[in-house]
Amino acid sequence: MPEGKQTGLALMRNGQSGTVVQIQGGHGLVSRLSALGIRPGKKITKISSMLMRGPITIQVDRAQVAIGFGMAKKILVELD
Amino acid sequence: MKILLMGNPNVGKSVVFSRLTGAHVIASNYPGTTVGYIHGFMKLAEETVEVIDVPGTYTLEPTSEAEEIALRMLDSGDLVINVVDATNLERNLYLSLQLLERDIPVVIALNMWDDTKHRGVHVDLAKLRQLLGVPVIPTVAVTGEGIKELVDNIPRASSPDTPARSHDERWTAIGGIIDQVQHITHRHHTWVERLADASVKPLTGGVIALAALASAFLVVRFIGESLIGYVLDPLFNTLWAPVVLKLSELLGGSGLLHDILIGRIVGGEVNFVESFGLLTSGLYVPFGMVLPYIISFYFVLGLLEDIGYLPRLGVLMDTIMHRLGLHGYAIIPTLLGLGCNVPAVLATRVLESKRERFIAATLISIAVPCVALQAMIFGLVGERGGEYVAIIYGTLFIVWIILGIILNRTVKGFSPEILIEIPPYRLPPWRTMLQKLWMRSRGFLREAVPIILGAILVINILYILGVFDVIANFAAPVVTGLLGLPKEAVTALVIGFLRKDVALGMLAPLALTAEQLVVGSVVLAMSFPCIATFVILLRELGTVNMLKAAGIMISAALITGGILNLIL
Repeated sequence: MPEGKQTGLALMRNGQSGTVVQIQGGHGLVSRLSALGIRPGKKITKISSMLMRGPITIQVDRAQVAIGFGMAKKILVELD
Repeated sequence: MKILLMGNPNVGKSVVFSRLTGAHVIASNYPGTTVGYIHGFMKLAEETVEVIDVPGTYTLEPTSEAEEIALRMLDSGDLVINVVDATNLERNLYLSLQLLERDIPVVIALNMWDDTKHRGVHVDLAKLRQLLGVPVIPTVAVTGEGIKELVDNIPRASSPDTPARSHDERWTAIGGIIDQVQHITHRHHTWVERLADASVKPLTGGVIALAALASAFLVVRFIGESLIGYVLDPLFNTLWAPVVLKLSELLGGSGLLHDILIGRIVGGEVNFVESFGLLTSGLYVPFGMVLPYIISFYFVLGLLEDIGYLPRLGVLMDTIMHRLGLHGYAIIPTLLGLGCNVPAVLATRVLESKRERFIAATLISIAVPCVALQAMIFGLVGERGGEYVAIIYGTLFIVWIILGIILNRTVKGFSPEILIEIPPYRLPPWRTMLQKLWMRSRGFLREAVPIILGAILVINILYILGVFDVIANFAAPVVTGLLGLPKEAVTALVIGFLRKDVALGMLAPLALTAEQLVVGSVVLAMSFPCIATFVILLRELGTVNMLKAAGIMISAALITGGILNLIL
């Protein structure tokens, strides 16, 4: 994926970093994700994804968060 | 006065709680260890004040049962000690600001302060105090550093005049604070972090999971068997058996009192499993057979908990667990269930929906045998051959999968996706880990041993009164016809409601074949929960759902037992 391009978190490669630009979900999802430090403007790095649309693990600040595949698709990231 | 300990999940509230009150509570390295109401007392100046360890919450807008409990507790408190993870200040400050907006005095414990140094985080404490307007005390709860200063600062807790903000305004305010007080220096990945990352990748993670679970199983067996073989069996056989025989002689070798205290003595030798007296089986089952495995199981579980491995296992298992209507985090209550179903059912509170909690609690009480029952299975079935033990575990695992798939398809609603924070790997704090092991073992001694003794007393009385014959004849068609067990086994299945370990012990004198013992063990494990689990299920699920779960348990147990009887 070229730099500066926007993509869903679920489609990022392992080790790739980017900045969250938008969370395409309702108020509930936005507030749950932001409570874990995932909100527009935050730098994140994808660490891993499980097979068969399993959860995605990301690094945000000094914390790691595992996110279900469906939710991860709704997190729009601008790649570094 | 009531002091509330509040903060994000897994910031060390329970450890701070132990330090403040001297009361020991279960603390682990994963979010959601504390799900209920835990309180204790501490001395403050000359006053005794109540301290409450509130379940962790990220915000005051609750998303799970545990967070709802936290919010309700907030209304009843007089002062909040906000425990904050110093290495994740930004995210933690969201709850702090929400607390400051409320009309309640707050003091902040900046916990895991030691971690900030090697993680390259620098915090300007003076500036943070000034910006927040409340005392901020750096602490390292596991070593006790800073706790005294925290206590000294409780009277200085204040409720600064903070305007109520919207969600976005709060994050903007936090951004401003972080810019002024926090400074991060770059540093390289450590090997522990590399191992942590490898644990949540499909291939390396799978290998690590297999290695972790296999070595956990081996260590549990090794410690348990060593304790039995080198400590408890010698104690019972060389020290206690002669005392029992002497007493048996004094009591004249028979009679009511003899039967209740000593039980049946065959050929001048004490059979601690089969004699079924209060002083023989009543002591040997809890202390000689179950306690060793309680100690070994909870030692290994404590290690896995405190290292921080369990949430990673949850991530690995997520896809499979979704087939059962759960998400990966449900693996934590399930593993707790291998110790005891009671805390396991309580731990299902970390799951978000009622549907998940029903499925998880039902699956745990049916297909996850507690360590007491497992110890008896190892002891009694194990001597007939390891393959029979393997059949029992294999059957329960298949039942867990099939029943989960059925429940997922039939229970209304949907299951939410996993969204959890994964804590860093940590070296287990030995003091808190051993304390936790001691608490759990003591819990068994205090809560289970009286029930075991009571069950054995009840068994003897019912036996003498002839009540068992009536029940046995009544239930004989099902038990002999469907399960292929002798009708005397009915009494064991009934006693299973009190204690499953004692119940399995009751099968020992019946001269069952290994196959019958397998059927008996599986039916005991799956059928009605023991009384302690029953009470918790009733409270957590409500009457209607409890009845549903009970119906599922009994039918699943009979079907599985019947099938095993046919194919073995």
